[in-house]
Amino acid sequence: MAFSWSALAQIGGLLFVVLFVIVMLIRRAFGSPEPGRDLRPIRAFSRLRRAVLLTVESGRRLHVSLGRGEITGERSAIAFSGLSALQPLAEATSLSDKPTIVTSGTGPLGILSRSTLYSGYRRARSTGRYRPTQGRVSGLTPFSYAVGALLDADREQVSTNFLIGSFGAEIGLLAEPSRTAGALTVAGTDNIPGQAVAYAAADEPLIGEEAYASGAYAGAGGLHGASLFTQDLFRWLIIAIIIGGAIAKLIGS
Amino acid sequence: MKAPIATAVAISVGALVLLGYFIPLGFFEALRILFLSWAVVLAGTALLVGMVNLSAHHWERVVKKRPGRANSMWLVASLWVTFAFVLVFPPASKQVQALFNYFLLPASVGLMALLAFTLGIAAITMLRRRPGVSSALFFATAVLILLGAMYLPRVGAVPVVSDTIRPWIAQIPAAAGARGILLGIALGTTAAGLRILLGADRPYGE
Repeated sequence: MAFSWSALAQIGGLLFVVLFVIVMLIRRAFGSPEPGRDLRPIRAFSRLRRAVLLTVESGRRLHVSLGRGEITGERSAIAFSGLSALQPLAEATSLSDKPTIVTSGTGPLGILSRSTLYSGYRRARSTGRYRPTQGRVSGLTPFSYAVGALLDADREQVSTNFLIGSFGAEIGLLAEPSRTAGALTVAGTDNIPGQAVAYAAADEPLIGEEAYASGAYAGAGGLHGASLFTQDLFRWLIIAIIIGGAIAKLIGS
Repeated sequence: MKAPIATAVAISVGALVLLGYFIPLGFFEALRILFLSWAVVLAGTALLVGMVNLSAHHWERVVKKRPGRANSMWLVASLWVTFAFVLVFPPASKQVQALFNYFLLPASVGLMALLAFTLGIAAITMLRRRPGVSSALFFATAVLILLGAMYLPRVGAVPVVSDTIRPWIAQIPAAAGARGILLGIALGTTAAGLRILLGADRPYGE
């Protein structure tokens, strides 16, 4: 039988996924790591949590923006992380006079945001306060989406912006004016240029995998803490393999 | 669990698509392609729902006479006129291309130019907001990269910066940092996908 590198890579990929699931489930069985107890503090999430509580008290609003990740591609993963954070945030702010608004840049994310908002309200037993217009598609191209979301945030007396999704450089159009208007802006994206822009423009940028930790730090519970533990474990494994490979190549040459 | 059927469908479809990706043979491959083609159709339908949602939100502003209602009315009108235009003329036609080239493109380019100024101001104020080594390093790198890409009158490319410093930054520390971040993003994407596959995250409802 002919040896095929692509077949080997696919089997390796499948093994990686299976191993990832096994480690995640084992860690979950021993109790998921919790923020504040087992997980390192991330300033952005600490400030976000505090700002959400103040939002409820001050009668202003939380704005969650989920970006433009297409549901059929890998760019939707970060928006799903944002959705897992949205549920506890919606639950926490459901009794506020100014309920949370969610903006997104694609049709599927708009539908999922309304569904997630509703489940947050259901958990808080206040479905009567839920309004479908809280979850909005603010634009369908990168810049129209950013400007639409910015206008929504400006008109709706938003005091905290949580930008978590697939954003490019247009994240700057959202973050910088919000910040100068006095609203706390926490921003995370899966796009490298977008991250550089967020670093400069947002109050609290989320770098790399920090953005994917939003569910665990927002209190989504379940597998979130266990998946963070597994991510860390696999990262160290990959780092060891990279360094080992570099040393082996050095010795070999 | 309040939506066991939706959860079971999501998990089984997700597992079959994942298997079809890793085992691209006959049955699994065919199922993966079938489910993905369904997803594309559903995403297209959801886009229409998104357009209706966007229109409904802005129409409410018009009806309730809220500030900015003229802009909202303009948005709703242009959205549906564009939609009707693309239905009548094929997407590759001269008419549709003109619509994009003379309306959408200039607006996007204008916003991009605005973004350049916004970011310049953000980078300068960042040093005041978050003083520290990271901010200083970020700012210095941005300045060096911009200087390296610049052509001065009579001088041309800035010596040393354009041919030595800029390529070194782009190829060594920036590439290493970007790869590190991408590694974290890849692991985060895997974890987010697997949480949905295991039914731990159910954005489609509980």
